[in-house]
Amino acid sequence: MEFTEQLVQQLINGISLGSIYALIALGYTMVYGIIKLINFAHGDIYMVGAYIGFFVISMLHLSIIPALLISMVVTGLLGVAVERLAYKPLRNAPRISLLITAIGVSFFLEYTTMYFVTPQPRTFPNVMDDVTYHLGMFVINGQQVLIFVITLVLMVLLTYIVQRTKIGKAMRAVSFDTETAQLMGIDANRIISVTFGIGSALAAAGGVLVGVYYNSIDPLMGIMPGLKAFVAAVLGGIGSIPGAMAGGLILGVIEALVSGFISSTFRDAAAFAILILVLLFKPSGLFGKNTREKV
Amino acid sequence: MNVLRKQDLKILAASFVGFCVLYALMSEGIIGAYWQFNLILVGINIILSVSLNLINGYTGQFSLGHAGFMAIGAYVSAILTTNFHMTFLLALIVGALGAAVLGFLIGLPTLRLSGDYLAIATLGLGEIIRITIMNIEYVGGAAGFMGIPHYTTFPWVFGIMLFTLFVIKNFVNSAHGRACIAIRENEIAAEAMGVNTTKYKVMAFTIGAAFAGLAGGLFAHCFYIINPTSFTFMASFNYLIMVVMGGLGSITGSIAGAGVLTVISAVLASWPEFRMIIYSLLLILLMFYRPQGLFGNIEIMDLKCFSRFKGGRN
Repeated sequence: MEFTEQLVQQLINGISLGSIYALIALGYTMVYGIIKLINFAHGDIYMVGAYIGFFVISMLHLSIIPALLISMVVTGLLGVAVERLAYKPLRNAPRISLLITAIGVSFFLEYTTMYFVTPQPRTFPNVMDDVTYHLGMFVINGQQVLIFVITLVLMVLLTYIVQRTKIGKAMRAVSFDTETAQLMGIDANRIISVTFGIGSALAAAGGVLVGVYYNSIDPLMGIMPGLKAFVAAVLGGIGSIPGAMAGGLILGVIEALVSGFISSTFRDAAAFAILILVLLFKPSGLFGKNTREKV
Repeated sequence: MNVLRKQDLKILAASFVGFCVLYALMSEGIIGAYWQFNLILVGINIILSVSLNLINGYTGQFSLGHAGFMAIGAYVSAILTTNFHMTFLLALIVGALGAAVLGFLIGLPTLRLSGDYLAIATLGLGEIIRITIMNIEYVGGAAGFMGIPHYTTFPWVFGIMLFTLFVIKNFVNSAHGRACIAIRENEIAAEAMGVNTTKYKVMAFTIGAAFAGLAGGLFAHCFYIINPTSFTFMASFNYLIMVVMGGLGSITGSIAGAGVLTVISAVLASWPEFRMIIYSLLLILLMFYRPQGLFGNIEIMDLKCFSRFKGGRN
């Protein structure tokens, strides 16, 4: 009985963590799908989102939902600005230059934030009462419910935007074939900006939720989750939106199980081991399409 | 003696003179302890960036796990000198061999992947190596491995750096090297021409890993202590940046990249709060204005102003 209890508990923790990975992974997968860039700065966008949420809550004394929305909008604009200033001039440059630029942007965001907010971790303000719900044999707390609900809402919203709106259709078209999409009258640059905006806003939501969940944020907090979210995106099949959602959740659950039953120090290694196994046996990921190599 | 050998000898002579000058300046105390330390670091970084260039620049296989191999070399050689009192040179060689074996074992399966997938797989493997080291009590775990004798001196670093440069230069100019370059230019065409692509990719990867291990050994015996945090993927990024900054596929470029970046970061060390901000801006600007790196894929001896030293046509 105790084992089952612990298992269920770890599953709940895993899904909470996995939801956050999924929110970050969506930005990675969308950007990769559209301009084939591993946006290493994405984890830092998530960190900036967490800080904006922190300042909105602690200085403007707003509650969590308005803070989340403000953080998403501001961070979304930051994502668009980063794309316009740093990535757009390199649209036709070799891909490695773009990648190095992304690393540069990542350092820039980390250390500029550090300059302004000091490297010390900050305690995220308590935005909700500590409530715990006892459902049968397992326990779930208010923060976890908040994470589930917000992630679910955002994912439904994203799926709606991508599948049902004109801009979503354009996004899918550009990611499928940029040149042809342009010939059909789609402004690819605008769509790329929108993609960065949406991806960054989702990451910001992840950042604020992580602040609420773990109560602590620091300027380098984005590095590891960013990398793991990328693993989640690869696991789900890079470029695939449902893949990123599933990949994030699976990764979160596996990590929680590894830290709960084996050792928490091996948690990070587990994520990378999964990555390698996926890459070796099914490089297109769980939801990815197999592309045949053509000469 | 052919033209290339003559050129080698001239470069060797020039480096020897350069070494004597630097060494004299050091022993006279004109180059202080801080810059002496940084010169050692430049040498180690040159070994790392040139060996990474062999994988990324010449063979075109995007590896981001260099710090992992460096960690293997560092830990293996440190254990051998500290706990088993082995001589420095032997420990370095064993460390490099350890890294090479691991590079071979990792390279064999992962080099089937290409592009971004290979990059992310090697990054993951580098992190796995680091996390595994962090969990081994014998080497001090996360606290680091302490009490390593301080063997790394400027002559050691300079000598091993020269050795690395000549091995990699000769490898690149050999038939093997041309096979690697063919793979970079077009893997399918290379395979059609009879190049065993897997063999050469793994070969380049293994050699690159071996030299990274060698550099790791030098690095370990320079600080008295090594810590798994020195070998994160951020370190791999750093070496990649050196390679790209100098120019993919240029040994001179890697030397320049390693030198420039190490010196920039040493100079900026006086303003720690701005250091990384300036560094990142420089990086972004460099990619805007010179995405092919400082040297592109050209060697310094190919430049016009040096052609008269070449002793005839190339």
